[in-house]
Amino acid sequence: MAGSYDRALTVFSPDGHLFQVDYAVEAVRKGSCVVGVRGSDVVVLGVEKKSVMKLQDERTVKKICMLDDHVCLAFAGLSADARVLVNKARIECQSHRLTVEDAVSVEYITRYIAGVQQKYTQSGGVRPFGISTLIMGFDSDKVPKLYQTDPSGVYSAWKANAIGRSSKTVREFLEKNYKEDMTRAESIKLAIKSLLEVVQTGAKNIEIAIMGHGGVTERLELAEIEKVVAEIEAENEKEKEKSKPSTSQQ
Amino acid sequence: MDTLVGITGKDFVITAFDSKAVASITLMKTGEDKSRELNSHALMLFSGEPGDGVHFSEYIERNIKLYGIRHGIELSPKAVASFARRELADSLRSRKPYAVNLLIAGYDVKTDKPSLYWIDHLASSVDVPFAAHGYGGYYCLSVLDRYHRQDITEEEGIKLMQKCIQEIRSRMIMSMPDFIAKIVNKDGIRLVQL
Repeated sequence: MAGSYDRALTVFSPDGHLFQVDYAVEAVRKGSCVVGVRGSDVVVLGVEKKSVMKLQDERTVKKICMLDDHVCLAFAGLSADARVLVNKARIECQSHRLTVEDAVSVEYITRYIAGVQQKYTQSGGVRPFGISTLIMGFDSDKVPKLYQTDPSGVYSAWKANAIGRSSKTVREFLEKNYKEDMTRAESIKLAIKSLLEVVQTGAKNIEIAIMGHGGVTERLELAEIEKVVAEIEAENEKEKEKSKPSTSQQ
Repeated sequence: MDTLVGITGKDFVITAFDSKAVASITLMKTGEDKSRELNSHALMLFSGEPGDGVHFSEYIERNIKLYGIRHGIELSPKAVASFARRELADSLRSRKPYAVNLLIAGYDVKTDKPSLYWIDHLASSVDVPFAAHGYGGYYCLSVLDRYHRQDITEEEGIKLMQKCIQEIRSRMIMSMPDFIAKIVNKDGIRLVQL
């Protein structure tokens, strides 16, 4: 068929790069920051919320989406692309239940999403999804899970991770401060603390979703986030106080 | 052969179905669940072609669930019934239609009202105070005509259901030993002992 040979926008460059995928990763890097933290029996997703305009209804901006009762996804990058991907994932979740009478495992749905993302780097007439995702959830083994997917279709499991704007800074922070078997409160605190590394405006621009035993998800109210932020700030003050006299002694 | 019964009350719907799985004239098992929970406040009972009922109700169940997850809010019983009816009506006009009769019992948490929808295999749907499918209906509908009131309590509802089943058991030539009953109210769906 004439004209079909050049339909694929994602062709290799001579040095082995797929430019369209690279650009998609760039779109992710510009997206607002998302962190995920895994505790002993809890997973937490935290996102940096863009400040909405004065007359905008902020409830209509959703960055953390439920895929099924026990799986939750947050993304960094183009929201419109995410909507399409989330829709596909939600249908797959129910389709899986219908065909095998079991809920999806977190790894399965992550692989599915990554599979869709990969397909869009290799098909004609499409462009890659400009999003990375963090997926949290519980399987029947009652162990918290946290996965990441990229525009290229790569997926991987994490104890704690960050994607989006300044994700490198946040990931380094998480590497320094992550502890094994954190409690619920500790996990929430670490998520917020790491987000505060890049969110200057504080609690009102942070959204937190927590998944506990058996995949019960709840979202933190602004007041609750503010409480944790105040706690963290108080601790930071104390640290400063402590470090001051020690420096004067030297 | 299957019998489905549903009765609405003041703030609940009680439903019951015989739990027999039958092939031809042979009873294969009892304890068969002929109902599916479509969402937290809507229950679908099905009878008819074996297999069709399970297939259809699970398909509806998954689609209702998908709606709930997509929109963060559950469909009302009326919307659930309309959706199921439409799916059945579309299937009726396909090459191989589903041969199922349905009862959809629901509690609308917005308006605080119970509702019961009677839907037959030709996809006609009616909102009714009480309903039955199958041969059992010949016996219990007259009982319900005589004793049903719109304002009965759950306790009275269970009593009335027992009366219906008693009538079915005493008049029908087939043995009808095992009925399973479920109640839908503002707290959700639960199994009840008859």
